[in-house]
Amino acid sequence: MTDQAEEAGSGSMEDGAGGDWETGRRGDGEKNTQSPNPQQPAPHLPAFPSPRLSLSPSPRLFLFLVTGVVLLYGVIYPNLHVVVSSLQRNNQWSLVNYREALSQSVVLESVFTSLGVSILTVLFCALVGIPLAFLFERYSFPASRLFAVLAALPLVLPPLVGTVAFIFLCGESGILARLVQLVFYLETPPWSLRGWTALLLFHTYTMYPFFYVLTGAGLRRIDAGLAEAGRSLGAGSVHVLFRVVLPQLTPSLVAAGLLTFMTSMASFSAPLLFGGSVRVLTLEIFTARQRGDLELALTETVILAAFSLGALTFFQRYEGTRKFAAAAMKGTGRRLKPITSGKARAAAIVGGVLFASLLVLPAATLVLVSFAQDGRWTTQTLPPAYTLANYARILTEKDASGVFINSLSMSAIAALAALVWSFCVVTLAMGKGSRAWKRLLSLLVLVPWALPGTVVAVALAEAYGKPSPLLGSYVLIGTFWILPVVYFLRFMPLVVRAVQASMEQLDPALEEAAGSLGARWWQRFRRVTLPLVWPGAAAGTLLAFVIALGEYVASVLLFVPSNRPISIAIASELRDLNLGAAAAYGVVLMGIIAVSMIIAAKFERWRS
Amino acid sequence: MTLLSLKNVSKHFDSTPAVAEVSLNVERGEFFGLLGPSGCGKTTTLRMIAGLEKPDSGTIEFDGQDITNLSPERRGFGMVFQNYALFPHLNVFENVAFGLRARHKPKAEIAQRVTSALELVQLPDYEKRRVDELSGGQQQRVAIARAVAIEPALLLFDEPLSNLDVALREETRGELRELVNRLGLTAVYVTHDQEEAFALCDRISVMMGGRILQTGKPRELYEHPAKISVARFLGRNNLIRVMRLSSSKSTLGEFKTLQGDHMLRLPIPHDELAPMNKPCFLAIRPEHLLITRSGARSENVLPARVRELNFAGATSSIKLDANGLQLEALVLQPDGLAIGDTCFATLPPERLLLLKND
Repeated sequence: MTDQAEEAGSGSMEDGAGGDWETGRRGDGEKNTQSPNPQQPAPHLPAFPSPRLSLSPSPRLFLFLVTGVVLLYGVIYPNLHVVVSSLQRNNQWSLVNYREALSQSVVLESVFTSLGVSILTVLFCALVGIPLAFLFERYSFPASRLFAVLAALPLVLPPLVGTVAFIFLCGESGILARLVQLVFYLETPPWSLRGWTALLLFHTYTMYPFFYVLTGAGLRRIDAGLAEAGRSLGAGSVHVLFRVVLPQLTPSLVAAGLLTFMTSMASFSAPLLFGGSVRVLTLEIFTARQRGDLELALTETVILAAFSLGALTFFQRYEGTRKFAAAAMKGTGRRLKPITSGKARAAAIVGGVLFASLLVLPAATLVLVSFAQDGRWTTQTLPPAYTLANYARILTEKDASGVFINSLSMSAIAALAALVWSFCVVTLAMGKGSRAWKRLLSLLVLVPWALPGTVVAVALAEAYGKPSPLLGSYVLIGTFWILPVVYFLRFMPLVVRAVQASMEQLDPALEEAAGSLGARWWQRFRRVTLPLVWPGAAAGTLLAFVIALGEYVASVLLFVPSNRPISIAIASELRDLNLGAAAAYGVVLMGIIAVSMIIAAKFERWRS
Repeated sequence: MTLLSLKNVSKHFDSTPAVAEVSLNVERGEFFGLLGPSGCGKTTTLRMIAGLEKPDSGTIEFDGQDITNLSPERRGFGMVFQNYALFPHLNVFENVAFGLRARHKPKAEIAQRVTSALELVQLPDYEKRRVDELSGGQQQRVAIARAVAIEPALLLFDEPLSNLDVALREETRGELRELVNRLGLTAVYVTHDQEEAFALCDRISVMMGGRILQTGKPRELYEHPAKISVARFLGRNNLIRVMRLSSSKSTLGEFKTLQGDHMLRLPIPHDELAPMNKPCFLAIRPEHLLITRSGARSENVLPARVRELNFAGATSSIKLDANGLQLEALVLQPDGLAIGDTCFATLPPERLLLLKND
């Protein structure tokens, strides 16, 4: 049930992870995911990062070693291992795994279902997200800023928690269904939250912010003077929209579409919890592993990975086409058009309030249910009795509170390691080196981000589930450390992005000035670079931390009793029908995330 | 005595040559300029002197030592950057103290040297200010104080005045020169502004396309540009395309202009400079043209028609059309001339300059 959290997580990081050292074009404002506030335009970077002061050979060698070891153990070996294993049967090279997999109708069906769900998700998200972005970027009305911020809210909701909240709210025995049943005196629930409709509804709810945030950032970047120039040349507003605005927006739209597509392909908790008969690829991999059909799981993993990496390739190409972005930096400021007509104003406010409540309802439901007495809420619309027992239980019972300690410590370890490592990678990537090498480095860092959590988990499980050439007789799977490692791998691209964005914003002349004033590399880093980049780096680290806190997709495949995380606890409470406890876990998780995001927003503000 | 010397220094970026075979010598105590249009390689040359870029080939020597591969922090040169590169997280005092702290100087010495550096640039009492509270001119002074505070062996300037407005630029220019003189420093100064270079520098190298075309004192460059491109860049030269007619043995060159078919004569010391029957260029400064209302047809006197008259304060510029040859003259008094009038332009032989082909 929890994998959506992961999806949501990957969504947010996608924003961040699109950077590309080779072109120096970083993920662009639109993808500035490390900013919890999507309204903050990410500042622009020069098209080509100037080569920084070179390091002397010994620190450079050290950075190279650290970076290389992590990439080898975390990215190259496990993924190659999976591909190689899928191409072997009884230690013989063979395509028989693929032949067998593709001859099963259920596998083919799941591939097409995944593609279908993802394409429809992209469509619906575009329909919701793009008009919203235009509304908030072009017009102002009372409280429009507040609604604009709320609109990006689903980005930080862990997918698992969102799924659970959705079930409580919209499920067949959820509050909305019961309300309709009560009002219309229906005998049976008016709908069931199952299948395509439920899946697409939920996907649209959690993923439309990609379109909303990226389109908004794209619109902000377009020089308002260009549209004015178009108008002054006699073009009408429709003409200007299609000939001036949309062409410049296309890269943002394509990027948003690809992000949504990748996130939807990776979606796991929603299909698991209310997909019903809709069998998607991630679910097939999970069940194949549960059945013990490892060869099929591996082969399906490679197929899923191929789609994700394909989308990533397109994504990077589109990243690279955004050349006019930097040119639009100076220019006419954009002014919001106030909605002055009374009726339109009222409509905008009513629409805004409705929309905001729609966004907040799932979270509110979760809070309500967290106070419900387990077992007493049967057929009533709202829970009839309230108690603090759920919180008391999860916070005091040793087994229950242990999962908080587990999740907090594992996420902190992963995020801090990612922070330190990111400085190594970014320093290396921004130094001297050929384009090909920087492109390879950038790609390797992005791979774990682009791969669905299921794929990352399966790859690690296969590579380190038995004695391996890289770790000798040490078996990582089954130890406490496997989850911190997975969290690190999955979310370090976010931190790398944040550190990279901050470092690229630094005027290279500052470091040169420090060098010419006699500061050695360590002095330059400590006295100039670090004081200037730490707010951005810290914000990125916090984001990785909170996303790791809610991680479910990979955790569910790899956890052991000693490192049982919050997401697994939520899932098992739900299975035991302890709805109140499941909701209470979710609320505490949301609370931690909210606090972290507020702190991250502070850092962001310091950075600017 | 030569303090800094570049020998055949070259630098490529990817496959684009930025600096090609540059050699130059800077004397101790000299204010040396690198002048050229944008993209000519002057900043890259300066950055190689600072150690911020490594030359692909050639050597850089300072005080007799080869410093080609020495890292910037070990060179002990002060550098003033175009955008000042002040550390935004440090206040004025800490910015100026940065290089002293990197050298682990004692506290008292740091305080004393920062104070005196800020006094030098006339910013005492600004120590506690944040750098983003300062005006452009003040930031500029802090950048200079920061570079001077380390008592640099060489002071490098990368277009330090280009972000200031015109009035402030001229004022700062004077102060800068005085400061460098007073401290007895040697400086290398990069600019694209000819006037700035002429006003500041003892000697200047004109760079174009990654090469040094000519090095000399400002007056030499102005009056005797060695090449067409230098004459063009230094501006306001009448460049006249001509063909040499007289035999190569004569020391008096006879040239026919390609526009207007005029005959021009001038003494030429080096025969090889102007091969017979090959087009070349003569240059003459507009202020060296003599304009008269009447004149006899004699050597180097061209009848012309006034095409344009521009009053520019102390002088007036007259644009002339001499039978298809366009000329510009600068005069103190336009002498009652009006557009369309006929007049005579004299091009004194000693003022005519035969230019080397590039």
